Amino acid sequence: MNIKVRVWRQSGPQDKGRMVTYDVKDISPDASFLEMIDVLNETLILSGEDPIAFDHDCREGICGMCSMVVNGVAHGPEKATTVCQLHMRKFNDGDTIDVEPWRAAAFPVIKDLVVDRSAFDKIIQAGGYISAPTGTAPDAHATPVPKRDADAAFEAATCIACGACVAACPNGSSMLYTAAKITHLGLLPQGQPERDTRVVDMLQAQDDAGFGGCTNMGECAEVCPKGIPLSLIGRLNSDYRKALTRH
Amino acid sequence: MAVSGIALVLFLFAHAAGNMKIFVGNEDFDHYAHWLRTLGTPLLPDVWFLWIMRIGLLVAIVAHIYAATQLTIRAKKARPVKYAHRPKVQGSYAARTMRWGGVIVLLFIIYHILDLTTGHLNPVGDSTRPHANVIADFAPDRWYVTLFYVVSVIAVGLHLRHGIWSAVRTLGQQSKQNEFRAQVTSLVLAVVLVAMYLSVPLAVTFGWVK
Repeated sequence: MNIKVRVWRQSGPQDKGRMVTYDVKDISPDASFLEMIDVLNETLILSGEDPIAFDHDCREGICGMCSMVVNGVAHGPEKATTVCQLHMRKFNDGDTIDVEPWRAAAFPVIKDLVVDRSAFDKIIQAGGYISAPTGTAPDAHATPVPKRDADAAFEAATCIACGACVAACPNGSSMLYTAAKITHLGLLPQGQPERDTRVVDMLQAQDDAGFGGCTNMGECAEVCPKGIPLSLIGRLNSDYRKALTRH
Repeated sequence: MAVSGIALVLFLFAHAAGNMKIFVGNEDFDHYAHWLRTLGTPLLPDVWFLWIMRIGLLVAIVAHIYAATQLTIRAKKARPVKYAHRPKVQGSYAARTMRWGGVIVLLFIIYHILDLTTGHLNPVGDSTRPHANVIADFAPDRWYVTLFYVVSVIAVGLHLRHGIWSAVRTLGQQSKQNEFRAQVTSLVLAVVLVAMYLSVPLAVTFGWVK
């Protein structure tokens, strides 16, 4: 396959940045999107140019590092798929593909397609934890959890914190991410002691980090590579309301 | 956003129900309008009930616009650099037009008050004869007024189609089965309100109500 890619190039946080077009030739349709950029980078290095910086790690869709907006859609055109698991066969020969970083004030660009997602860590630090007694690990079956709750908590826990929800949200809100964490911990017995403070503190941290407000547009759930459902935001709102009325 | 919005939707239903009186008869419609002024008496002096409602509505609208402005400012700040390539938002048309749709609805409300409450923009403009005002307003040769009302009422409908559902979600609706139910309910309520509000201007313009 021969394609053109228009990639966001930005040499550092202070640089203004611009879209730059590259020709990529003889790409296998079975190559992943990241492998296509690897190939492009090799040609850039050989010609003495700076390779395109991008985040990646496991390349099997579970680490949450890869983060590219492909043709305006976070993680590209395939639903419930991270960009590392997206294959070039999803595109046509001769296509021009636009590649941009996550765009959010809370995710400043470090270089090219790499953004600083430590704002997510701040949200976790504010309440994304449980109190657990130290000592030997308790038996796994010591605390019974209803199957339905366990399944729903697991579904929320599949969030890999990639940030696609923020990238897609017209408001630049991280509500789906925070809601996934609130649900994952709040559904389990171990998460109950901090349930009220968690939702209040994590929402505060989210606002402090400069994310926008949620207006229930639903873009986040459309692009989420893990299929985190939009309904979790309702659960977050419900927890928040209860926390405010109890304190 | 959600609480003020729900208050306004409740008003819209009461207002729409009152409008339907025009299909019962001219005297009934005028009688209903006058009754609104004396509602609450003798507990309250005349017109007090109406003013309490008006102040309540104003508070709800100001709160609604204030919250919307805050959200818009935060959204702009949250994404200072725009995407170079951004396809149309994948969600619904209604969700995507909430902000500008809201502005259109506000302009319509201002026009509507100047038209059928104060009477400044109404060809009759006699507050003692609301029925005559309505008939003159939507007369066939003033088709452009009817058209403006139709467009505005549809804008209100789109606003509610996303707004009612979004309010329910903000107040904590969370199960997936009820998500579908809430969306359908939101659509049905919006369609019913639009139909009720369109019926009066269209009926007058086409001469079904004289």
